[in-house]
Amino acid sequence: MKTFTTIGFTLLLILSGLSAVTAADNIATLRGSAPLNQEGEAPPMPRPESNDQKRKRNYPMQPPVIPHNVQGYQVDMKVNKCLSCHARKRAEESQAPMISVTHYMDRDGNFLADVSPRRYFCFQCHVEQTNAKPLVNNTFKDIDDILAEEGQ
Amino acid sequence: MLQKLKFYWTMLWRPSRHFSLAFLTAGGFIAGIIFWGAFNTGLELTNTETFCISCHEMEDNVYQELRTTIHFNNRSGVRATCPDCHVPHDWTDKIARKMQASKEVWGKIFGTIDTKEKFETHRRRLAENEWERLKANDSLECRNCHNFEYMDFTKQGQRAVNMHSTALASGEKTCIDCHKGIAHSLPDMTGVKGW
Repeated sequence: MKTFTTIGFTLLLILSGLSAVTAADNIATLRGSAPLNQEGEAPPMPRPESNDQKRKRNYPMQPPVIPHNVQGYQVDMKVNKCLSCHARKRAEESQAPMISVTHYMDRDGNFLADVSPRRYFCFQCHVEQTNAKPLVNNTFKDIDDILAEEGQ
Repeated sequence: MLQKLKFYWTMLWRPSRHFSLAFLTAGGFIAGIIFWGAFNTGLELTNTETFCISCHEMEDNVYQELRTTIHFNNRSGVRATCPDCHVPHDWTDKIARKMQASKEVWGKIFGTIDTKEKFETHRRRLAENEWERLKANDSLECRNCHNFEYMDFTKQGQRAVNMHSTALASGEKTCIDCHKGIAHSLPDMTGVKGW
């Protein structure tokens, strides 16, 4: 009995090993077809969109993407380049959209005089929109689409 | 001592006994050329990036910051070197700036900014010096390359057009009023207008 089990397990291991090898050839990875021991060719750098056009948000709480170039924007302890236009007190002169009031709230919902430290680093949530093609297909469905489907 | 000085003083004001007028004139002329040439060569030598970053204060701080910006590294390969922005191109202004720069030699000798920490404590003051200089000369060093007359608004982004066609065109603002920190990191901007 014991030998049978051992043989069975060994066979199973070999088979699973074989299937893993065949599957590995078909798995889509970010490396592309470059072998593991070689450096693949880097794709060209995508260009940031810079048309100042607001994009639709995929869900209401999505941090909006940045519709302009932000190369070299300094956001650190000393200075925040983004806020030099988007801060409450700067929006009038710059005519840039003011960051939402939630950025002036601490996590308990109290309003602060200035941007909350937890919201200070803009690029943590807001990113540039580039013209890069998606690496994998996106199956995300907008809530409106889901509601429409259910209504049918 | 005083006797000696008096002797040389009277000698200077007497006609020469040994040298002809032609020799003295020609000699003076040639000496003048040599002096002027050497002076200008020396001046130009101090007006190069190699000279600027021969001090570690410049190479380790501001030069490294510049390297990541569009004024150093860009699609067309045209770049600005330190003196392009920090030294006036006109001769008289250049000399004036060079005389001011003797203060910087003082700073170098006494190590005012010889560590990263010291540089950071002085960064706001140093930046303010440059902002003031550019504000006073209507951003002359920017305009040496970026000439408003030849700006094509149709090739600019909408936001740039809005600003350039109003505030800049009317002379109400000058380049440095908005374009601070384009080539180097900014200091703490608390209290700076527009930040």
